[in-house]
Amino acid sequence: MPEAAIFQGLSWNPLTDLDRLVSYPFMVHALEAGTIVAFMAGVTGWFVVLRRQTFVGHTLSVIAFPGAAAATLAGLPLAVGYFGFCACGALALGGIGGSRRGLSAESASIGSLQALALALGFLFVSLYHGILSGLDSLLFGTFLGITSRQVLLLLVVAVATVSFVAVVARPLVFASVDADVARARGVPVRLLGLGFLLVLGLSVAETSQITGALLVFALLVTPAATAHELTSRPGLGIALSVGLALGVTWLGLALAYFSTYPVGFYVTSLSFALYVLVRLGRGAVGRRRATARFAPEVA
Amino acid sequence: MSRPGPAADGAAVTLDRAAVRLGGRTIWSHVSLTVARGDFVAVLGPNGAGKSTLVKALLGVLPVAAGTVSVLGREPGDANAAIGYLPQRRSFDAAARIRGVDLVQLGLDGDRWGIPIPGTRKRRQSSARVAEVIELVGATRYAREPIGELSGGEQQRLLIAQALVRRPSLLLLDEPLDSLDLPSQVSVAALVGEICRREQVAVLLVAHDINPILGYLDRVLYLAGGGAVEGTPEDVITSETLSRLYGAPIEVLRASDGRLVVVGQPEAPFVHGDRHA
Ligand SMILES: Nc1ncnc2c1ncn2[C@@H]1O[C@H](COP(=O)(O)OP(=O)(O)O)[C@@H](O)[C@H]1O
Ligand SMILES: [Mg+2]
Repeated sequence: MPEAAIFQGLSWNPLTDLDRLVSYPFMVHALEAGTIVAFMAGVTGWFVVLRRQTFVGHTLSVIAFPGAAAATLAGLPLAVGYFGFCACGALALGGIGGSRRGLSAESASIGSLQALALALGFLFVSLYHGILSGLDSLLFGTFLGITSRQVLLLLVVAVATVSFVAVVARPLVFASVDADVARARGVPVRLLGLGFLLVLGLSVAETSQITGALLVFALLVTPAATAHELTSRPGLGIALSVGLALGVTWLGLALAYFSTYPVGFYVTSLSFALYVLVRLGRGAVGRRRATARFAPEVA
Repeated sequence: MSRPGPAADGAAVTLDRAAVRLGGRTIWSHVSLTVARGDFVAVLGPNGAGKSTLVKALLGVLPVAAGTVSVLGREPGDANAAIGYLPQRRSFDAAARIRGVDLVQLGLDGDRWGIPIPGTRKRRQSSARVAEVIELVGATRYAREPIGELSGGEQQRLLIAQALVRRPSLLLLDEPLDSLDLPSQVSVAALVGEICRREQVAVLLVAHDINPILGYLDRVLYLAGGGAVEGTPEDVITSETLSRLYGAPIEVLRASDGRLVVVGQPEAPFVHGDRHA
């Protein structure tokens, strides 16, 4: 295991530590991949939180797991499994959302899909009689052994997806917060919803490759939710969401480099800690603002 | 000032013996109505009478099964760029993290593709228009706060600003007074009445209670029992007309302050089929 070779502990001199961090090509690739993924997750995640599709996002991340396991079993690159399963899962979810049934029926069928995906994942893993340590990295992420070809694929998918989001950004926000009026204005609300599901599927597939399937939330949802807590301005919110995702990814990768714990653990803990801090801070500010706002009328 | 839409002398809305069928059921039929420019018309009627259905038919979202409908001189759906629409019961919960000013901005250019470049002349003009219309509805003080944290009346003012921002020729407001407290009902009604007069916008306002808008109305359309009557409030809101429309005895009382009280109005009447809603 390369982990033993890497684990050298911190020297507590930031410059030497930073130098050591980028002295191995695999670490450079990990940083490149992490940067690409965090950027994409930050953009997409802002819309996921705005559209309240975190449950759908979680389902897609659960679907990513059997995708990766199936790819391993078939001897294909992991990315093929991630992208293939997540894209198909997104289209399936689009079909469920499109059928005219109640919301409860919808979440029941999404939940069933989650259970099926998990079961399939474990089936594939047990069919593959390989080393079980592979399961850990599928579920909780790894930054080892990322090749430059993988980085290139991540980059191509990210550029395509983020460009699409940039083009549809305004109508997508309109359709997300105000569907009835948007529809009356000629915005293709349903088509945009389907398009965004596909974007979400691709983002989950990318994020899974860094954080593992089970910890996708840490990059895709938590930084974005923190950004939404901090500001309700769309442009600033997206920028903050990207910034936070980048921050926790870089820090998480560095911490994972100097220790033995999986990168997903650090990214998750860091973004969760940030979210809790911001929530607590906002709670205090909100109470003060509320008193300030109503005080003159009471007086 | 240029307004999109047809010649200024054309009617804003005409329905001629129109009917709408949904799920195999006729919601209403033989409905005729003319709304001239600058008219303020209320659509009244019990729950389930098809008031929202009428608004959606005018937007071209629902098809018309019989008769003819024309909106700003065009087919329904073709003139939506010149319509300000406020859907029914649209309130934002506390978690809605979008500012009122963004919502109004979306009303102006939310249907455009691509990202606006800040600092351009066009962008400054559109920001100025948004600020102007927010000022018009008196929402400047709270427009930059998240909409979910505002009161129902404050939200409604911003939504009216959103409907107005493109200088529409026709406003379709579906129960804008619903779920507002009485003082907010009175002030929002006054706002719509004043906009109608000052900007010469035709207003079709769906309401549950006629009293807050009585002072501003030109005419009413009363929908009930699958049909409708149109006329001045004095002609329509009477015991005889409503009893005929409902096919059941209805009594209209006038309180000493001029308020109208409709007694014996069955809620959700004539609902065939198996819906429990
Ligand atoms: N898509 C639909 N399919 C079938 N029936 C519908 C549909 N939409 C509304 N309805 C029915 O049409 C009737 C009128 O609805 P609506 O226009 O919302 O009433 P109102 O706005 O006057 O309360 C109701 O009985 C409702 O159940
Ligand atoms: Mg209605």
